[in-house]
Amino acid sequence: MNIHGLLLLGILLSSLLTGVIIFFLREQSHRLRTWLNLLGAGLKLILVAALLWGIYHGQGYTLAFDFLPGIQFALGADANSVLFVALSSFLWFWTTLYAVGYLEDSPHRSRFFGFFSLCVTATTGIALSANLVTFLVFYELLTISTYPLVVHRGTPEAMRGGKIYLVYTLAGGTVLLLAVVWLHHLAGPVMFKERGVIQALVATHRGELQILFLLFMLGIGVKAAIVPLHGWLPKAMVAPAPVSSLLHAVAVVKAGAFGIVRIVYDVYGVENAAKLGVLPPLAIAAAVTIVYGSTLALFQDELKKRLAFSTVSQVSYIVLGVAILGPAAAIGGLIHLVHQGVMKITLFFGAGNYAETLGIHRVSEMNGVGRRMPLTTAAFTVAALGMIGVPPLAGYITKWYLKKGAITAGDEWVAVVLAVSSLLNAAYFLPILYRAWFLSPPKTWPQEHSFGKWETHWMLLTAPLVTAALVIWAGVFAESPYSPLAWVKLIVAREYGP
Amino acid sequence: MISSWSIALLILGPLAAAALAFTFPKQGRWMALASAMVTVGAVVALGREVLVGGVQTHHVGGWSAPLGIDLRADGLAVLMLGITALVSSAVTLYSPPYFLAEHDAEALHRGRYFWPLFLFLWTALNGLFLTADIFNLYVTLELLGFAAVALVALAGKREALTAAMRYLFVSLSASLFYLLGVALVYGQCATVDLPSLAAKAQPGPTLWVALALMTGGLLAKAALFPLHFWLPPAHANAPAPVSALLSALVVKGAFYILLRLWFEAFPALMTPAVAQVFGALGAGAILWGSVNALFQKRLKLLVAYSTVAQLGYLFLLFPLAAAREGGFLAWSGGLIFLGAHACAKTAMFLTAGNILHAAGHDRIKDLDGITHVLPISAFAFGLAGVSLVGLPPSGGFAGKWLLLSASLAQGQWWWVAVMLVGSLLAAAYIMRVLSHAFTNVSEPRRPHPIPPVMEWTALALAVLAVGLGLAASWPAELLHIGAPAALGGPGL
Repeated sequence: MNIHGLLLLGILLSSLLTGVIIFFLREQSHRLRTWLNLLGAGLKLILVAALLWGIYHGQGYTLAFDFLPGIQFALGADANSVLFVALSSFLWFWTTLYAVGYLEDSPHRSRFFGFFSLCVTATTGIALSANLVTFLVFYELLTISTYPLVVHRGTPEAMRGGKIYLVYTLAGGTVLLLAVVWLHHLAGPVMFKERGVIQALVATHRGELQILFLLFMLGIGVKAAIVPLHGWLPKAMVAPAPVSSLLHAVAVVKAGAFGIVRIVYDVYGVENAAKLGVLPPLAIAAAVTIVYGSTLALFQDELKKRLAFSTVSQVSYIVLGVAILGPAAAIGGLIHLVHQGVMKITLFFGAGNYAETLGIHRVSEMNGVGRRMPLTTAAFTVAALGMIGVPPLAGYITKWYLKKGAITAGDEWVAVVLAVSSLLNAAYFLPILYRAWFLSPPKTWPQEHSFGKWETHWMLLTAPLVTAALVIWAGVFAESPYSPLAWVKLIVAREYGP
Repeated sequence: MISSWSIALLILGPLAAAALAFTFPKQGRWMALASAMVTVGAVVALGREVLVGGVQTHHVGGWSAPLGIDLRADGLAVLMLGITALVSSAVTLYSPPYFLAEHDAEALHRGRYFWPLFLFLWTALNGLFLTADIFNLYVTLELLGFAAVALVALAGKREALTAAMRYLFVSLSASLFYLLGVALVYGQCATVDLPSLAAKAQPGPTLWVALALMTGGLLAKAALFPLHFWLPPAHANAPAPVSALLSALVVKGAFYILLRLWFEAFPALMTPAVAQVFGALGAGAILWGSVNALFQKRLKLLVAYSTVAQLGYLFLLFPLAAAREGGFLAWSGGLIFLGAHACAKTAMFLTAGNILHAAGHDRIKDLDGITHVLPISAFAFGLAGVSLVGLPPSGGFAGKWLLLSASLAQGQWWWVAVMLVGSLLAAAYIMRVLSHAFTNVSEPRRPHPIPPVMEWTALALAVLAVGLGLAASWPAELLHIGAPAALGGPGL
């Protein structure tokens, strides 16, 4: 433990305390709640910036205390966690702003923002966990704190979606618990460490480690929505738009993807995993998920459902990158953690704006929406093109590195999967863009609200514009030293080493 | 021996308060409050003495073991005393408004009898945890049983009286079995002192019969499956604070004696077969209790069946702690689980009491919206649920983690499966209730107002149940002191 470690605690508390205070606010304290929310989110952003600066200058951050007998509750920040924590705190800030605008005058806002803050605390905690048990703690906290958000509307449909979500995630959590206890039995307390901690066991416990890897992937794969564990994700679409955005971009699915990164790189170590022969099955599962998700997305008329299946597909790019041996693929996978986040959150913000402003929920209702809401649709378009992988946007960078990695590793079939997926991406996104820009709008929108001189509430507009700008920046300036890509290269250099 | 005024206070404090509450019925709540303060102070003091100076012994009247009565406090006893003090203090704070809130003369009347009985129960529990011989354990067990039965009957309704009657029969016959066993042991070993028994006990038919009788009686009192039949009606029909005391503490008294008997007095008789039988019954309890909880229509019955299930986990301690490797892991895991369950279950029953007061019923399917008016109670229920399910970082998680680690270390993987399935079932029955916190209601209800202290006490205990997990290494350290040698000794 060092004094700098308190910074990690501060990062967690900035949202945890905010959440706890908000729970006790009266429903009417709208202004106070909004300020608290933004204060917490802003403070976290500043603290994370300080952390970035510190890590860049070689400062180490750890914080640990006794938890279970012989096992510590340990927080730490390595390059990997900084990537995820920076992403989540940045997107949280904008999502908070968005959510304040989105939920204006709806009931139970204190409850919503309380759990919303807890949810981000959990995500940050997952990023900052320095060992498996701490990871497990925050992983389960995430499950619990997102359930109230999914069922927030309280309709029978929401309750059903929430129930399915819980069945999947709690079952996954139980499998993960088993895997964690089992690995502790084999290897003692497991601290995350670059290149893994199980070297000594590879020769002696091969079979057990293989089973364990399967258990880990089953437990975490639920959140990462790897087929066939993805069933909850489209159902969870009943949640309000800010929740869907956060769930799909940073919180739940990303926690799953990040967990897989941790297990492969910092628990098993990618070389050990390769020796155990567990990576090819993972790559195949990811590839199947990519194609399956994209294919189903084609057939969804409901916009949020289409985006949901797109998420199922896109998150597995990360898994695919991790499962293919070699630095280039690793870069492609890890960078997609960020890229998918900013792109998907923009898309969901857009979908939310359409629903909230015009009452549009279906793709078939989107004719001419670009003329009524040009800024929102522009942001939506940038993100959609990014998803397809149009250069020079963020998604292109991902696919370029993945393809290069696959070919270097001799897995040419992956390149085929990527090409098919890009085609499918185009097939389900381009018709939307075509309708939005080139077809003429209907006489009346399903349910239009007027928000004065802007096309929608300014809070709803700011967030997608900022994130869309990020999609462009992450692509155009990818090779500059101030891009997510530069950071990811640093991580990969450490995982693969000289 | 100068040692430990705190041991004496732990028994005399609540006893004096009980006598005073009986004499001055209107002042009962203040007696209980005084007793709570004295007891909490004494437990803290005793805990410090034990941590610093090891096991503390107090010879009552200055006569030592074979002639006089020994009171003894090791880490386990302190832990149990601490849990008792915590739960009882919460009940002390919760009960005055609970009994006042009903506003009828009969309720006030009930309130008057509640206090002396409750304090009496507290005395009996403290005595039980401090006793170091198996005959006095019988005495405290009997006192405990009578106080508990009377408290169940306090609710005054027909179902409560029937349940109390059934409880009384079970309790009395169980005590008789136990006493018979004690007599046989005394005939065989010529002592009833726990520490000396281990040296004198020669495994043989008499001792087996004696131990079987005692164990049978205690299992009935601890409501272990399949002897749990009396528990759900008794716990569900008692007034809320009483349900809390019964589920959190009373059944654990019998469990505590079982631990002392099998691990301290007669470890030689703890064969693997015996241990597995205990475990199998525990597993049965987990599955049977949880499945039944899933199908209950009333909240308090659901919570009561959850107790049946959670008690099962405690009995997994037997097969796991009896093995050499990782024995202490399982021992501390089981007991941390016990503490977490005590806090969580108290919180749940108190919450159920709040809901009953506010809504006038506890039918689960009609709970929509009630949680909007009792947000703190709903939150308390949720937190307590987190610990019962065993989600991290709760005390329930810490306990389960240690039990799981022990099972894996010993290759007894079948308990792993039972525990994990049990967790999922627990999540299912908790969510049955909790999902009503989020549903929409068409017409807002006008509930009876609930005094804040009733909500906050429940929340405080739920927070403790979760927080215990973060501090799980403290109780583990405490349990090292005077841990039975049969575990492979401390420091494993």
